[in-house]
Amino acid sequence: MQFQSQAVAKPYFIAAIGLFIGQILFGLIIGTQYVIGDFLFPEIPFNVARMVHTNLLIVWLLFGFMGAAYYLVPEEAERELFSPKLAIALFWIFLVAGALTIVGYLAVPYATLAAVTGNDLLPTMGREFLEQPTITKMGIVVVALAFLFNIGMTIIAGRKTVINIVLLTGLTGLAVLFLFSFYNPINLVLDKMFWWWVVHLWVEGVWELIMGAILAFVLIRLTGVDREVIEKWLYVIIAMALITGIIGTGHHYYWIGTPEYWQWWGSIFSALEPIPFFMMTVFAFTMVNRRRKEHPNKAATLWALGTAVMAFLGAGVWGFLHTLAPVNFYTHGSQITAAHGHMAFYGAYVLVVITMISYAWPHLQHNAPASNGRAQLLEMWSFWLMTVSIVFITLFLTGAGILQVYLQRVSDTPLPFMVVQDKIALFYWLRLWTGVIFFVGLCLYVYSFFAKGKETLASS
Amino acid sequence: MSETFTKSMARNIYLGGSVFFILLFLALSFDTLGALPKRDNRQNITPQVALGKKVWEENNCLGCHTLLGEGAYFAPELGNVYTRFGGSKEAIMGFIASRPVEGIPGRRSMPQFNLSNEQLEAVAEFLKYTSEINSANWPPNVQG
Repeated sequence: MQFQSQAVAKPYFIAAIGLFIGQILFGLIIGTQYVIGDFLFPEIPFNVARMVHTNLLIVWLLFGFMGAAYYLVPEEAERELFSPKLAIALFWIFLVAGALTIVGYLAVPYATLAAVTGNDLLPTMGREFLEQPTITKMGIVVVALAFLFNIGMTIIAGRKTVINIVLLTGLTGLAVLFLFSFYNPINLVLDKMFWWWVVHLWVEGVWELIMGAILAFVLIRLTGVDREVIEKWLYVIIAMALITGIIGTGHHYYWIGTPEYWQWWGSIFSALEPIPFFMMTVFAFTMVNRRRKEHPNKAATLWALGTAVMAFLGAGVWGFLHTLAPVNFYTHGSQITAAHGHMAFYGAYVLVVITMISYAWPHLQHNAPASNGRAQLLEMWSFWLMTVSIVFITLFLTGAGILQVYLQRVSDTPLPFMVVQDKIALFYWLRLWTGVIFFVGLCLYVYSFFAKGKETLASS
Repeated sequence: MSETFTKSMARNIYLGGSVFFILLFLALSFDTLGALPKRDNRQNITPQVALGKKVWEENNCLGCHTLLGEGAYFAPELGNVYTRFGGSKEAIMGFIASRPVEGIPGRRSMPQFNLSNEQLEAVAEFLKYTSEINSANWPPNVQG
């Protein structure tokens, strides 16, 4: 570690991984409910377990982004963090608020939670991914603003690099766009239209800035390639991300009551959305090929390359698969959407956070550039287990989706939803068992943090 | 990337491109807001529909169902359920009210939400209102 205050990243990374485990456990629960419908019913109904699964994902990624920022910004700005104490205080506030929200989901019926938390005063609950009680949402805003203040002050007083400016832009966009979660008109079309300003403009907009900045930071350290080159790439990638992704929002405006011209805007621009992800892949491989040093942290390099490839496959290829309006007319709201969602989130955001953790952890824990060989080997095994699992989960859900679309929407005698679900259950079974393998990979990943090597630690 | 393409050129594409497309997106969104009154069935938003949306949200219906294709994929699409149930609000109310508390052995079952009659009517009215939004002929057929 170059700066003492980078150490505040550590609890953020630990919390991220802890919540990741919870996310996968609840993923296994809902995967089971897909095939054994009454599993844990009525104690934990599907809607509750799914909400825990998706909300934990969002919260742990936010922990990961914040941890990444606390590690990265001091090093880029070449000065200590403005206030490490504030960072630690925010950590506990965010963790306790998040934990209370999850406990609320599980302990009482959702309607009770809404009543207790005063959803009447400002109704914002009950919309996908934004299910948090209004008071939790307010807490998120407060934490986000204080966090931005902390890293903003660090950057203002320190060296301003492209990486920390892009990261700050992305994080500011994240906080600003979240404010639309408080806008919940009764008019359903307006509600849906602006709901996407949070969800789409996050994951296909400002989050890509965060992802690009983290990846660029790690690649500079791992490869020793000239900063000028990497920053040029970063600019071009995020330029393409925003040029395609902003109007690309239109691919969500096909069938929700918004005008038909969005079918053209959405199809054309979202068809271009794979470009920035493809460039990210070319970028990562080119930088590693042109490396000027052999960094001892091989595992971090694998995670970084994996991020680029899997983000391109999940967000780029699987997104393109169903983004054109004539195709989306049949696939909208089917298992195809679920297939894309799983690989895109894993490839782009799960992997970029783990890349950052993999790079930073040896510095935080051992004050060394890399973990011992055995720990790295375990990390690499966990990479392959989780990545191959997510590929197969995606393939099985795609298979389920194709059959679902045909049987329910295309064939001459369309069948009812539940009849179709029974017919495609085999794919849900395959998905569930693949999910178990994913969990094994995750356990291995956690174990890698505790693995002792035979060789002595490389000193910094 | 070649030497003739400099970092400041890349930065200008990023800044110029972002600003241009943000403004274009805002312009399109503004135009959409103008076009919505003819499409979004707002003339039928009554206090009952408003209550129905609230009941819909406060029971996290989207945690299992899709509505106009958005939500979870565990249970049927409900944007057109009013049509699928033969234009009968009573059928919708009856279905929700009759869910077994302990579920159905081995199968997916909707929880019993213990809604009042007023809430049931409001949800049905909300789903009727939703079914009359102009969704560009989606879903492809009545099965949703």
